[in-house]
Amino acid sequence: MAILILAEHADGHLSPATLATIGAARALSEKGAGDIAVLVAGSDCAAAGGEAATVPGVNKVLVADDAAYGNGLAENVAGLIVALAPGYSHVLAPATTYGKNICPRAAALLDSQQVSEITDVVDSETFVRPIYAGNALATVRCKDAIKVITVRATAFEKAAPGDGGAAIESVSGPGDAGLSTHAGAELSHSERPELTAARVIISGGRGMQSGDNFKQLEEIADILGAAVGASRAAVDAGFVPNDFRSARPARSSRPSFTSLWAFPARSSISRA
Amino acid sequence: MKVLVAVKRVIDANVKVRVRQDGSGVETANVKMAMNPFCEIAVEEAVRLKEAGTASETIVVSAGPQAAQETIRTALAMGADRGIHIPADGPVEPLAVAKLLRTVAEKEGAGLVLLGKQAIDDDCNQTGQMLAALLGWSQGTFASKIEISGESARVTREIDGGLETVELKMPCVVTTDLRLNEPRYASLPNIMKAKKKPIDTITAEELGVDVTPRLEVLNVAEPPVRGGGAKVENAAELVDKLKNQAGVI
Repeated sequence: MAILILAEHADGHLSPATLATIGAARALSEKGAGDIAVLVAGSDCAAAGGEAATVPGVNKVLVADDAAYGNGLAENVAGLIVALAPGYSHVLAPATTYGKNICPRAAALLDSQQVSEITDVVDSETFVRPIYAGNALATVRCKDAIKVITVRATAFEKAAPGDGGAAIESVSGPGDAGLSTHAGAELSHSERPELTAARVIISGGRGMQSGDNFKQLEEIADILGAAVGASRAAVDAGFVPNDFRSARPARSSRPSFTSLWAFPARSSISRA
Repeated sequence: MKVLVAVKRVIDANVKVRVRQDGSGVETANVKMAMNPFCEIAVEEAVRLKEAGTASETIVVSAGPQAAQETIRTALAMGADRGIHIPADGPVEPLAVAKLLRTVAEKEGAGLVLLGKQAIDDDCNQTGQMLAALLGWSQGTFASKIEISGESARVTREIDGGLETVELKMPCVVTTDLRLNEPRYASLPNIMKAKKKPIDTITAEELGVDVTPRLEVLNVAEPPVRGGGAKVENAAELVDKLKNQAGVI
């Protein structure tokens, strides 16, 4: 048995959600799931591969440096996973839009019923995952030969790059599937932590009255090292873009403290 | 181009779900059911493609209990042309649904399959991606905009940091996010008309798919109770709470 992790990375660093996924893999490994290999796929991704090798607990890093994997196109990356997966019992990915896009595609090709967004590891084949937007927790057992799993980042302790010295191996896969191309992205650049991985979220609701007023929240957020979130009502009113939504379906933020103080935001879990 | 839309019958989004005491699942008896909201968006998009002349026919598919026919009927009332019901008593997992849909899509010669990005009951977020894989088609997940021109589709996707646009080779599978459109309400005349639209029944055996669940659900439990929020009187108290209780300062 062994674990393969699909890493999400940017600018030479692993994403916080990937570090949490390594945390989940370490929990699995302790329960007898074997060694941990991290797959870093992308173009010019050697730096991220180097960082992955320093994370304690990681035994091996596989670097697939190919322009076809550069933009994380599911058709291409899933093909790479399928090519590598037969050597592993578990394939893990962070439950971010990156992992959620790619993982089920690979799972279907491996004829495996994926287990989505696990929040706890019971043993090497039993996992806890939220259903009904977190209103219930299901414990499920997966008997498939290759278990494909996405990991909810906020539920696991993040691993940290340290003094590990995993071997780095270069791998290649089928490359470009010729089905899709990346045509552009509009990313909102922010120095603040991402909502899916933040320890503290300052969230604003309709009570903020305008997008300009969110600047006040951003100031507090910067002092606290927090992420800025918003309710659906505030997003629908056009105050802030959609990626601010903290209670978005399938978006899993579990901050230690959410400020609803003076900026009314709905605190119930939205299922849609 | 034929457009296939998959829909799922789930507990209504406005109903507060209750976990059964014996841990076997959530209570579904006498609970209001409805079409999964993301599926509604997929149906709406298909109907709009038909109205724009891009789609020649819109076909709605659902795998589920007999009552899933009501959900198909809802989609027909929104403007879809005909339905296909695949009877299944228990839960059908995403991989099995994807296999069923693959066979239906191939049989019907569909050029586009639209699905909701996830069902609000099991929150799997898998079926569309799995279907695209099994068909060997391209995929556009979490779509907030779809533009189809001839042999390619341009799909804008909602991703964690913002928006991404991908160019997909047709045929393709697209899963919908909330911002794609606002589903219409079915008008009374259309509800009446929908009653006359055909719904075919095809069994999983006829489609050659084994729908036996792969995952064994051992237990379903209530999540730990979340401590409620508290109002503070003044800034000093807030600072105190942030410092000593939440530990964020």
